[in-house]
Amino acid sequence: MVIDEIKNGIVIDHITAGRGMVLYNLLNLDLLDSSVAIIKNAPSGKMVKKDIIKVDEVTSLNFDILAYVDPGITVNIVRDGQRVEKFKPTLPKKLEGVIECKNPRCITSVEQELPHIFKLADRENHVYRCIYCETKAKKQKWQEK
Amino acid sequence: MRSLIDILDLTTDEIEELIKVAGDIIENPAKYSEKCRGKKLASLFFEPSTRTRLSFEAAMYELGGNVIGFSEANSSSAAKGESVADTIRTVGYYADIIAMRHPKEGAPYVASLNCDIPVINAGDGGHNHPTQTLADLLTISREKGRFDNLVVGFCGDLKFGRTVHSLVGALSRYNNIKFVFISPDELHMPEYILEEIEKKGISYTETTDLEGAMPELDILYMTRVQRERFFNEADYIRLKDSYILTDAKLVNAKADLSIMHPLPRVNEISRSVDKDPRACYFKQVQNGKFIRMALILKLLEV
Repeated sequence: MVIDEIKNGIVIDHITAGRGMVLYNLLNLDLLDSSVAIIKNAPSGKMVKKDIIKVDEVTSLNFDILAYVDPGITVNIVRDGQRVEKFKPTLPKKLEGVIECKNPRCITSVEQELPHIFKLADRENHVYRCIYCETKAKKQKWQEK
Repeated sequence: MRSLIDILDLTTDEIEELIKVAGDIIENPAKYSEKCRGKKLASLFFEPSTRTRLSFEAAMYELGGNVIGFSEANSSSAAKGESVADTIRTVGYYADIIAMRHPKEGAPYVASLNCDIPVINAGDGGHNHPTQTLADLLTISREKGRFDNLVVGFCGDLKFGRTVHSLVGALSRYNNIKFVFISPDELHMPEYILEEIEKKGISYTETTDLEGAMPELDILYMTRVQRERFFNEADYIRLKDSYILTDAKLVNAKADLSIMHPLPRVNEISRSVDKDPRACYFKQVQNGKFIRMALILKLLEV
C-alpha cells in the first residue's frame, strides 16, 4: 500500500498496532481541514507491525497525549519534503481532559464540570494520579493491547 | 494564599514550628487570646463530625475570633445542588479562613482553587485528614520528645484508616523509624503505601499478633475495626475480639509506651485502660485544639 509522501506535515510513527484510531480520536484529528492518513498494521522491522498517522499540515498537536497513550512513538516534522525534526515525546507532568477519574468517592464523580486532571506520580512506572483524590489512573483499554 | 490539604504540604520544619507555637499556646494561653480579634473562621461541614468541628470552632474562639458556618450539608446550598466552587467563592467574601469537611475526596482541594483565603482540609472522605495527623504529631512530640528512633505500631483497620495512612506518611520523613503493622489479613496496609515505605528504606513488619508485637513498641496507635468492611459476621466477631486492647495485653509493654487512638472508639480499647498513665488518646483530643490554633495563626499570618 502506498501513501503519498507529505511535503509539509507531521508523521507520527511507531504507533503500537491498533492504537492509531485511539490517537486519531484523542488528538481530535477529525477537526482538521487537511488530509490525514492512518496506516494500520504497516510492516515494521522492530515492531513486526505498527500504525502510522500522517497529517498533511504542520499544526500544533497535543504531544503530551501521544507520550501517554504510546510512549514508544516517534514524531517527525516535515517541511518542504525534508524531515526537519524528529523526537520522542516524553511523559507529561500533567494530563488534562484525557482520562477520567473512576473513583466513585472522588469529587469529580458528583461535580460534572470539574476538569479531570492527572499528575505524573511515578515516571519510571508511568503512574498518574488524580489531582483531587490521588487515585491511580486505571489502565485504559488501549494500554492493554 | 496558603492552604492545608495534605499533611505533606507542610515541610518537617513547618511542622516543628507549629508544634513549637502549640506548646507556647499551652503554656501561655492569654498571650494568644486576642490574636484573631476581628477574624472569622468559616466552619463548613458537609458531613457530621463531633471532635473536629468543635475543635476548630473552640480554637478560633480561644484566639479571639468568630465562627460562621454549617454543620451538615442539608443546611447549606449544597442541598440545592450548588457546586463546591460556588459555595466557596461565596464564603470567601464573608470569612478570613475556611475549615472544610466533605464526604467527597478532593473537595477541599477544589475549594482551595476557588477562593483567595486559606482552606484547611478537615477530612475528605477516606482520603486525607491532615489536622488529625498534626494532633497526633503534637502528641508524639510531647510524649516522646522526638520523631526519630521510634518503633510505632499501628493496630486494627489499616486498610481503610486515613489517619493511619497520613501518620505513616508524616513519620516516614524522620530517621530510624520502624513501623509494626498489626491487623487481620483482610485489613492490612495497602500495597502502595508499603511500596512507598520500602522505597524510603524504612523497615517495617506485618503481623496479626498484637501481644507478640507489644514489647518492642514505643507507640501503639489503635484504630477501630469496622464491622461494615466484613462480608462474614463470624469473621468480624473473631477478628474484632483479637484487637481489643486490655490491661492484660499491656503486661509486656514498655513502661513508657504511648497508647494513641484517633477516636471515636467503640470497644477496641477497654475502658479500664483509660486509667493507665500510658493512655494518650484524650490528650490527642486536647492537643488537636492547640495545634489547630497554631495552624490558624500560621495560615492567617497573624
